[in-house]
Amino acid sequence: MALQDVCGLHNPPLFPQWTAPLSRSFMPEDSTHLSGGGIHGEAFSTRLPGRGGLSPLEFYMPIAEYLTESPINFGQTSLSSALTKLLEIDHLYPSLPSISLPPPTPCPISPSVPLPFTLSHGTTTLGFAFQGGVIAAADTRSSCSGLVACPASPKVLPIHSHLVGTTSGTSADCALWKRILSRELRLYQLRHRRRLSTGGAAKLLSHMLHPFKGTELCVAATLCGWDGDEEKHDVASTPQHANAPTNQMTAIIYVCSDGLRLQGELFSVGSGSPYAYSILDSSVYWGMSVQEATAVAREAVYRATYRDAYSGNNVDLYHVTAKGWRRRERENLKEEYYREKERERKRRVIAY
Amino acid sequence: MMMSAQAYGDKGKMKEYHYTGPVEHKFSPYAFNGGTVLAVAGEDFALVASDTRLSEGYSIHSRDSPKCYKLTDTTVIGCSGFHGDCLTLTKIIEARLKMYKHSNNKNMTSGAIAAMLSTILYGRRFFPYYVYNIIGGLDEEGRGAVYSFDPVGSYQRDTYKAGGSASAMLQPLLDNQIGFKNMENVEQVPLSLEKAVQLVKDVFISAAERDVYTGDALKICIITKEGVREEIVPLRKD
Repeated sequence: MALQDVCGLHNPPLFPQWTAPLSRSFMPEDSTHLSGGGIHGEAFSTRLPGRGGLSPLEFYMPIAEYLTESPINFGQTSLSSALTKLLEIDHLYPSLPSISLPPPTPCPISPSVPLPFTLSHGTTTLGFAFQGGVIAAADTRSSCSGLVACPASPKVLPIHSHLVGTTSGTSADCALWKRILSRELRLYQLRHRRRLSTGGAAKLLSHMLHPFKGTELCVAATLCGWDGDEEKHDVASTPQHANAPTNQMTAIIYVCSDGLRLQGELFSVGSGSPYAYSILDSSVYWGMSVQEATAVAREAVYRATYRDAYSGNNVDLYHVTAKGWRRRERENLKEEYYREKERERKRRVIAY
Repeated sequence: MMMSAQAYGDKGKMKEYHYTGPVEHKFSPYAFNGGTVLAVAGEDFALVASDTRLSEGYSIHSRDSPKCYKLTDTTVIGCSGFHGDCLTLTKIIEARLKMYKHSNNKNMTSGAIAAMLSTILYGRRFFPYYVYNIIGGLDEEGRGAVYSFDPVGSYQRDTYKAGGSASAMLQPLLDNQIGFKNMENVEQVPLSLEKAVQLVKDVFISAAERDVYTGDALKICIITKEGVREEIVPLRKD
């Protein structure tokens, strides 16, 4: 039915490789392009050049895979390929997550459709590690070329109990890819009976975004998490361990839709990041206490909202430790402006 | 009939009519049909209101084309933007609701519909539905809920939201009257149903004054635990 097709919920034939050309079904090691739905596999195979029945006017136009395949179905096994995967893939690569890579087609000819509207952009987010865990903070303004589309959008999204991700770029892309990442991490946890490390989650996200490189997808996320078991958490918060960051299970990794994946101790992303960096670089050190770290993160976001037009409204702050993430109450920065004005006024009174 | 997007600036407003040089007109699959949608959530009710004008460029196609669509007894969706995509999107949502009902033997909750709509919209990330959606309804506990979307599926739960052509005019007014933003020394009483309906009527009358794409009539869908009730109020027709 046409409507079922549009909804993407049709039942593909059980064993598509019976109807596909012989060459495809005898390549089990090249299984990466068999997943991602039997339908697209079939569509691709019938458009191979040099096939008998094609008239000279029907030339092969490589369609950009991403334009036909929904990003939501990424990594998902459909009804048919689930069976083929059980037969062929699982016994060869039991621990690989099911990633669907597009077949090696040449560059897409069809240009993307010009949009009559703009998508939300502009932000300040930051994340850093210290002896007491990881702090992730962000502002809450979501702007859309001059209009504040939402003054209270959450930019720090929890992915699972010990992993939090800050988002920057197009808010729809960030929200949806975070959901897809949460789903994949949960599946990994169910299949392998352990949580995937932050580095692993970052690699997974980076590889999932890779097929969309060059498109207008824009995701710049900082994954902040705590790896390792909760029982092993005996990292003392005394100054003796102040110079031993390698004992820590914290991990901060910046992942970008361009393909960049960087591990580090301190990151700030977004249009307000230069202002946040100046505060963070001067004040963050490994041995700081939790209150100090919270205050510095909040101050950094506040200074960025002060100077950057595209950041503003509130501050969201998350603190990740061995016990999981904890969310600090969302604070409206409007009061902070007035408090600062008051302090300035008092200072001027004292000076004269 | 769809005119090329080159003739339009952003938001469907016509560009200045003077000769700037040869212009290449490309076919655009989108058109802007105007309209404003508004939703407000209260303690135990939700309102979804829209005007009923369908326009394109300098013409009015219809004065009786409301933009609220009832999905279930507890949820109403308002869609504005490109009318073709609004119609297809509501058809898809209704089909998905039926499928859910048949496989799970219960109706979808407002939160579930919002999450589903987000994935439907993102499925077309590279050729989006040009629709600004706002869902209004009651959540599982009977409290009012409003979910606002952007055209590619980013959404969140709000207390009130305006979308469509007059959204930039209405949203600040709602921020002040319902959100009590930037008001000093004011008693923040929760909104009652009668006050909310009156506010929505006033707000649309103001929008019709200043936005050419909003007018003709206002349709308000009031969602309470008794069900969905509709009210139609005339607006400026010029």
